Amino acid sequence: MIKNTDQPAAVKNTAVSIAGWPIQQVFRLLEYPFSKIQRGVGIQGMPWIFLLPNLIFFGIFVIIPLFINFAFSFTGGTELFLSNRVYTGTEQYRFLLDCKTFGDPITCREDRFWKGLYNTFIFVFFQVSFLVLFSLITALILNREIRGRGFFRAVFFFPVLLSPVVVALIWKWILLRDGILNAFLVSIGMDKILFFVSPEWAMFWAVFVSIWAHMGFYTLILLAGLQAIQPDLYEAAEMDGTSKERVFWRITLPLLWPNLLVVVVLALIKGVQVFDEVFVLTGGGPGTATQFIVQYIYNTGFTEQVQNFGLASAASIVLGVILFVLTMLQLAVTRARDNG
Amino acid sequence: MLNFKRLLATTSVLATLGATSALAETELRMMWYNDGSESEVMQSIIDRFEAKNPDISVVIDVVPYKSIMESLPIQLAAGAGPDLARVTDLGGLSKYYMDLTPHISDSAYWEASFGPFLDWLAPDSDRISGFMTQLTVTGPYVNKTFFEQAGVAMPGDGATWDEWAAAANDVADKLDIPIPMAWDRSGHRVSGPAIAMGAKMFNADGEPALVDDGLKEMAQRLYDWHQDGTMTKELWGSVSGSSYLGANEDFANGQVVMYMSGSWQIGQFSGTIGDAFDWWAVPAPCGAAACTGMPGGAALVAMKDTKHPEEVGKLMDFLAQEENLAEFYGKNLFIPGHLKLATGGVDFATDDARAKHALSTFAGAVPKISPTAFDLQGYPNNRIMFNALISRLNEAIVGELTLEQAYVRMEEDVAKQLAAKAVD
Repeated sequence: MIKNTDQPAAVKNTAVSIAGWPIQQVFRLLEYPFSKIQRGVGIQGMPWIFLLPNLIFFGIFVIIPLFINFAFSFTGGTELFLSNRVYTGTEQYRFLLDCKTFGDPITCREDRFWKGLYNTFIFVFFQVSFLVLFSLITALILNREIRGRGFFRAVFFFPVLLSPVVVALIWKWILLRDGILNAFLVSIGMDKILFFVSPEWAMFWAVFVSIWAHMGFYTLILLAGLQAIQPDLYEAAEMDGTSKERVFWRITLPLLWPNLLVVVVLALIKGVQVFDEVFVLTGGGPGTATQFIVQYIYNTGFTEQVQNFGLASAASIVLGVILFVLTMLQLAVTRARDNG
Repeated sequence: MLNFKRLLATTSVLATLGATSALAETELRMMWYNDGSESEVMQSIIDRFEAKNPDISVVIDVVPYKSIMESLPIQLAAGAGPDLARVTDLGGLSKYYMDLTPHISDSAYWEASFGPFLDWLAPDSDRISGFMTQLTVTGPYVNKTFFEQAGVAMPGDGATWDEWAAAANDVADKLDIPIPMAWDRSGHRVSGPAIAMGAKMFNADGEPALVDDGLKEMAQRLYDWHQDGTMTKELWGSVSGSSYLGANEDFANGQVVMYMSGSWQIGQFSGTIGDAFDWWAVPAPCGAAACTGMPGGAALVAMKDTKHPEEVGKLMDFLAQEENLAEFYGKNLFIPGHLKLATGGVDFATDDARAKHALSTFAGAVPKISPTAFDLQGYPNNRIMFNALISRLNEAIVGELTLEQAYVRMEEDVAKQLAAKAVD
């Protein structure tokens, strides 16, 4: 006789077996072809078989376009198909890199490319620095036993869920001449500030909005790192009477370092690729004050009457090289740390 | 019995669906953008066409204007464009247009009705590729109510840009209006006044020559007006490159005294402003050489990659009929791009005195348009010149370049783009 207390478990088991039946049938169906494949490629080759769908997808949408883009950068004209384009050698690169003084974009033949590059560096420097700092501080606070911790975690993560265009439109609404922020400034007796007319303010808000939108994601990574640190270490430090500052510098930060490195590298790469939020927020203005390298590529390739795909491709290859160097730096730092 | 009835009903439905799809054998896709709600008027005309031609269905794909400017050229280059499209880069996309001549019933009617505009669509040939869905003329609107409230007399016909700027500033000062004057951020909009100042736009050989004394006259004024507060940097200065920005919403919200735009705003202002204030179109202000705006417009064109040239020809023939165009122009308050209709053959669907005044003002401006302005509008690479002008002038206005540096860059930008095009 089955006891009453066992009835839910029995029902659960029945439900699982009913739900699992179709899955079992699928696996049975797959067993025959996969055993044939395994006989052909051997057990060592099976991982490649499982990776194949992803490799095909990655190849079609990333690797092949990468090579096509590279080929485009050695061509000129306005034709879309590579086979119809005219080979121009390294002309696009020579045009991009033709500068009297590299520190002054005005002296470069393609001044907007260099302005975009410099703007990107300024943006990345401030955005990544403050993004990592604020993410770390937020993660440290949210890791403590504070009231409403779950609520605050959700609040900080919420902007990550929003589309970049939505983020930019929300902030544009706040920052416009007749926006909420200016209404507030007027209400406290101050003058309106035309935020998108001043290059400094425009860059400040581009950085600020980008940090606001992405901080939650990086905070989450650092929070995971903080929670992975053994509590015993903190208890031992507390028993030894170690100060909080020393605990942070000697325990928390070194053990959080791998996560911090991931955050820095991801933020750097995302920072260099910045486009959509800032494009909607400031349109790259005033003038070219917030026009970044990806917007330059977009404008060159798509918005001009003569869509210069060759020049845009060459600029994107230069961007690719920058990202490659950043990734190599990250690998070098990781290896140096692992080795000693 | 019940099952038999169900079977019968299902069969009937399937048969009807089959018959419908068999009737509409050809589907034509038309890419369209709206200034107001003109796709609705176009749809009602197309409904009549479909009723007469049950074997052809036409789908209007309404897209943002930006898609017409940026996505359509790439779709066309890839051979994956629509059968028809409403475009404003009339000559720039001409290599993708189809010659409708073999597929229309009466090419003489097209030539007589759309004569000079056909050249805009086919600068290097006698092809017939489409018709103008509207003819536009650039020119200013003023908030007449503001002038009356401020007790400032509106400068009359023949007044100069300087006189209008002074009057707009006077009104703004007296009524505390934030923006005395606003211009659409567009090279096309600047070109008319520059030509009025004496800009030639082309050299003696007919090659583009953007920068000359006339253009500098206008550029210097625009620069000064942005520095002294006549114009706000917020409109032109707040974006980069050749991005278009309009001040129509600021004008409609009573934030602007004088707004330089064009005839395509009439329908929109009639709807959004209504009788909230007297919005008044005024004749193009003068410079030393002329009192001119720029002509322009939008055209519905057929694309050569269509798989259904016969059906496209049939559709275009129907849409270009005088009564259909009269309905389209009349309901949308557009200046007709049809020569016969332009001489008074359109009954504009409005009782708004302001709209009627604006229509007569802009229509009356057409004969005064400078030949240089027509040449520039007909030049297939004019957007290269417009984009160079607006983007570099903007960089000077916000202080990144001096005006002299901006002039050098304008010429380099034009030369660079023409050289890139010459590689093909």
